[in-house]
Amino acid sequence: MERTNQQREAVVSIRNLYKAFGSNEVLRGVDLDLFHGENLVVLGRSGTGKSVLIKIIAGLLKPDSGTVNVLGREVPGLNAKELNALRLELGFSFQNSALYDSMSVKENLLFPLLHHRRHLPKSAVDRSVETVLDAVGLLQAKNQMPAELSGGQKKRIGIARTLILQPKIMLYDEPTAGLDPITSSEINELINEVQERYHTSSIIITHDLTCAKDTGDRVAMLLDGVFAKEGTFDDVFRSEDERIQSFYNYNFTG
Amino acid sequence: MEGDRKRRFFISKRVDGFFIIFSNVTSFIGRFFKEMFRRPLEWNEFIHQCYEIGYRSLLLITMTAFITGVVFTKQSRPSLSEFGAQSWLPSLVAIAVIKSLAPLVTALICAGKVGSGIGAELGSMRVTEQIDAMEVSATNPFKYLVNTRIGAATLMLPMLMLYAAFVSMMGSYLDISLNEQTSFTTFLQNAFSKITFLDYASSIIRSLVFGFTIGTVGCYQGFNTSGGTQGVGRAANSAVVVSMFFIFIEEMLILQIINSFR
Ligand SMILES: Nc1ncnc2c1ncn2[C@@H]1O[C@H](COP(=O)(O)OP(=O)(O)O)[C@@H](O)[C@H]1O
Ligand SMILES: [Mg+2]
Repeated sequence: MERTNQQREAVVSIRNLYKAFGSNEVLRGVDLDLFHGENLVVLGRSGTGKSVLIKIIAGLLKPDSGTVNVLGREVPGLNAKELNALRLELGFSFQNSALYDSMSVKENLLFPLLHHRRHLPKSAVDRSVETVLDAVGLLQAKNQMPAELSGGQKKRIGIARTLILQPKIMLYDEPTAGLDPITSSEINELINEVQERYHTSSIIITHDLTCAKDTGDRVAMLLDGVFAKEGTFDDVFRSEDERIQSFYNYNFTG
Repeated sequence: MEGDRKRRFFISKRVDGFFIIFSNVTSFIGRFFKEMFRRPLEWNEFIHQCYEIGYRSLLLITMTAFITGVVFTKQSRPSLSEFGAQSWLPSLVAIAVIKSLAPLVTALICAGKVGSGIGAELGSMRVTEQIDAMEVSATNPFKYLVNTRIGAATLMLPMLMLYAAFVSMMGSYLDISLNEQTSFTTFLQNAFSKITFLDYASSIIRSLVFGFTIGTVGCYQGFNTSGGTQGVGRAANSAVVVSMFFIFIEEMLILQIINSFR
């Protein structure tokens, strides 16, 4: 179980990344590696640019400068076609699930599938839907509409929708935000199951320390636009840095 | 301060802003035409949108068109009677309805119902990251959402316009049959005697342009929504106002152009 970064292949590799919105300098020289097969938790307070960071990885936002290498490809330099090819390898779980609310659960799952696996026979399509619904434990929700689902169920369907194309890398944006502690821990479990079952490498963005502890093989702390500390959960919070200590205390006492 | 301003704006904030919007809209429309010929064609969504547009506006168009037909007939009768030209009533109504009322009424109702609907729908999909979700699943949200809606609006407006004209004429016939005992065939013969092919063409072309305008403005506002729930309201609202504004300008321009062919 001991993970040594040196001998492992980096699937995401970010160097010296800068991103500002007008005068709001959000990322100021970020360096980050995601290694094959690991769950990397990115911790940070609200508004520190965690979402911006993974949106840059998925090519939804353009960085101002720096390199963003994903699966051996330089994301900011890709043309539309190359970017789409790369995105098929990425799963993005949005903070508010972002289910298509005009479509049923099944249609949500079919949407990416029918756009990319046009010639799949109907039986194979149905099987894929069943498989991912089973993976997130929501087989019975197949014909429901998103509005009928609870927050936790929406999260699961959002994750199922990304799994259907069997991504190599998963990006979770605040997977437990807005959920009660029990549902949160179920989602944490799901994240670990996805890692085992689909052999994904994941970046999990959160400010929830329980989530970080339960899912993270490695934790990186985003503070003031750079990664201030990185290591196992205990490594990071053993740090003397006042900002990290106050983050810890606030989470577990506040 | 002064130097700062010079650096940031080419002419002035307002004029620059206008040109930025103008170039954004132009590239939005350009992208619509570019995507039009690309696969997949998204037929299902296109048909679904055609249905949605009809469904959203049909009741209101039927009521408005019918009442317009009845009221216009009633109101025109006294003036025509004065000249003893009452028998020209169907013809007058047909000219008014087909050449001007049906296209305009249809366009304004659709700007209100369809334009705001598209603006709000795409706007809420933008702020709830549904459009981003489509993008990261390597599908093409522009093609799927925008092209289908603009295409459907462009196709449906002329159809709804013809339907509105038909309903208006029925309203008119109701009133005429009650007052003048004209037979339906006489009514039709009289009504369409003064309408030329160019009149139909002009109304259909205007409706196509209005439909394209309503679809484009609604989609542009919705697709570029920012600022959460408030932004969705703003997008829906400005979709209506802006498309009505363009509809009036286009009405004038196209009439001028077509009349120069007469
Ligand atoms: N599209 C955008 N335009 C302008 N500012 C943005 C945009 N996206 C994010 N920001 C700003 O970047 C900062 C970081 O945002 P975000 O990454 O969403 O924070 P979080 O760490 O909570 O996910 C915030 O101050 C936000 O206002
Ligand atoms: Mg965020």
